[in-house]
Amino acid sequence: MKNRLKVLRAECDWTQADLAEKLEVSRQTVNAIETGKYDPSLPLAFKISRLFDQPIEQIFEDGAETNS
Amino acid sequence: MNNKNAKTKDWSTRKNRLIYRLAYWSGAYVATMAVANFGPRLLWDYNQLLTIGAIILNLLAGIGMILVNIQHLNVLDELMKKIQLEVMGLSLGVAIVAGLSYSLLDTTNFIPFDAEIAHLVILVGLVYLTSIAVNLRRYR
Repeated sequence: MKNRLKVLRAECDWTQADLAEKLEVSRQTVNAIETGKYDPSLPLAFKISRLFDQPIEQIFEDGAETNS
Repeated sequence: MNNKNAKTKDWSTRKNRLIYRLAYWSGAYVATMAVANFGPRLLWDYNQLLTIGAIILNLLAGIGMILVNIQHLNVLDELMKKIQLEVMGLSLGVAIVAGLSYSLLDTTNFIPFDAEIAHLVILVGLVYLTSIAVNLRRYR
């Protein structure tokens, strides 16, 4: 699943470690989400959505929906 | 906001504290195992009371280590939990499959020595370490 996490993080001028701390996850998890190697759970996706004050669908792109 | 920062710090502090506690209990387990193993021969000349005491102490340290490990797993974030789940699944599978095959080799006299549980523990430890390294690299 593609996402705009890296862009949103850069807009806030946060490092991966800063974002990881705010989300209560490891820096590796933030990196894995940004690079698309790991899709976050729904609770974590909502947490990200709340943090950036944007709807989930504006942060995460459903690959299956795009393809159809 | 301050409340949120404090909460975040709580999580990070709690995670680090549990890592130290896990290291402490693992160390205690290894130390009591060494005492229970070598004590009868080197320290108290096979006194049965001391031997059973050392074994019970080792058992208690092992239970403590397991409980702290569960707490440690619960405080991990979701990706780390996923990694641990895959690694532990693999380690358990190897322990059962390799352990039973090794035991069969022994009971059917295919190997000229007794199948030692220590060999299995070493194998599981190596599988765990290797698969943790591979999985951490995979999600890096």
